[in-house]
Amino acid sequence: MAAAFDPSGRLPDLFTNAGTSSFSAFLSKAAPELLPGRRPLPPGMATDLTPHATTIVAIAAAGGVVLAGDRRATMGNLIAQRDIEKVYPADAYSLVGMAGAAGIGIELIRLFRVELEHYEKIEGAMLSLDGKANRLAAMVRGNLGAAMQGLAVVPLFAGFDLAATDPAKAGRIFSFDVTGGPYEETGYDAVGSGSLFAKSALKKRFRFGLSVDEAVRLAVEALYDAADDDTATGGPDLTRRIYPVVMSATAEGTHRFTEAETAAIAESVVAARMENPGG
Amino acid sequence: MAMQFYASPEQIMRDRSELARKGIARGRSAVVLSYAGGVLFVAENLSSALHKVGEIYDRIGFAAVGRYNEFENLRRAGVRMADLNGLSYDRRDVTGRALANAFAQTLGAIFTEQSKPFEVEICVAQVGATAEDDELYRLTYDGSVNDEPGRMAMGGQAEAIAGVLKSHHRPDMSLGDAVKVAVQALGSVGGEGGAARTIAADQLEVAILDRDRVGRTFRRVTGAALTALLDDGETAAASADASTAPADAADSTESADGAERPDS
Repeated sequence: MAAAFDPSGRLPDLFTNAGTSSFSAFLSKAAPELLPGRRPLPPGMATDLTPHATTIVAIAAAGGVVLAGDRRATMGNLIAQRDIEKVYPADAYSLVGMAGAAGIGIELIRLFRVELEHYEKIEGAMLSLDGKANRLAAMVRGNLGAAMQGLAVVPLFAGFDLAATDPAKAGRIFSFDVTGGPYEETGYDAVGSGSLFAKSALKKRFRFGLSVDEAVRLAVEALYDAADDDTATGGPDLTRRIYPVVMSATAEGTHRFTEAETAAIAESVVAARMENPGG
Repeated sequence: MAMQFYASPEQIMRDRSELARKGIARGRSAVVLSYAGGVLFVAENLSSALHKVGEIYDRIGFAAVGRYNEFENLRRAGVRMADLNGLSYDRRDVTGRALANAFAQTLGAIFTEQSKPFEVEICVAQVGATAEDDELYRLTYDGSVNDEPGRMAMGGQAEAIAGVLKSHHRPDMSLGDAVKVAVQALGSVGGEGGAARTIAADQLEVAILDRDRVGRTFRRVTGAALTALLDDGETAAASADASTAPADAADSTESADGAERPDS
């Protein structure tokens, strides 16, 4: 901790002054080494240092939003991990997933979750959905230096907007690039190496007003299509029983579909592709 | 040359203690107690926005009486410290004891170093797996810490309130019974001619640390859920979980039972 030694043992002024409600702003003074963007990197490309996490898809449904991610992390042509988890609840009403340098991405998401919880505890009220997306954009931008050396991380953020006037449009999706954002997406979006194929699949299949269950099925289909054409995206692994992570955010809060539920959906998608490989 | 007026250290400490005690006694009281389903905080509070009870971490809550700006300052410091440690290590490594220690050091330093002590009394509560594992720490204006056995009262006439609590409180109570005991204890003082008062639901701030929940356990009990608890403990205990179609966003977070909050 950067705080100076104080013989009285009291909490340093940094902790007790009125200051900011943002945890990352507090951290930048109290312990800047804990912020991913604040560490000096030696010169040169670092692309191959960390596994790369791959495809995440988000789909807006009636009364909510679905976020799903495959389970593969790669290093070059190798599979670094078969069962990595890249989709997390950000807080009670929003979800976040990431693609890119896995180590930095996991740390970024962890910090983002504390950021939202911290604001809520200090202020006694949740940030608005747009406020959360803006905070995440600032945190992604903080990693720009590392991104330019090959350690880019791009999140995908989706949540249920409690302030939405029309409940059918309460599920919202925000995308980012390495310079920040956020960019609000209509209907669906994907990030990561297989996102091109996932988005092409969604372009043909997506329609407005899907139920949450239909959106979940569609997300697993899109991940299958991504895995079909992108070697860095993992399809449902029936032999090892590794299935995509699927979460939803609705008026009832965030929900992670159980392994049994995602297994059933993935198996039915695979069975359908046995008949028609193109879906 | 002007002579420095001499005051003995004992005199200075006595004066500061008296100032702090008087300040605390002017405010309304709060009680904290263990019950079967967790830890209950009940504070008499006319404001619904300026809280005396707050969340610090997953299983740790905070209650205070005295000057709002002073204890709010400490609560923020506690949240910052807890979040910093939880991020650096793990969520399980944030403990009520460490927070109580930090608050005690801070209050003690302020008491001896500054001309005016903090006029606050604080409870740091951590909910455990059973009522026996709950930890309640009482911190006073001079930095002393006490580990309280399952229940405590703070504020003016705390001893009288604690007496009522002691005779009625059991750690295996239901939430409804616990709320009623707490409100009865708070109402046992301050009435005209020493008589008991009834305290309306809109003058109470009630929150719990829910023993059975994973992740963030702090939840406010407001509105219809609170009224139901005060009217009838039995039916309310059941409906409290489905509670609070809440008015503001902060409360709706806390009542989102479907919310996933895994450890990170």
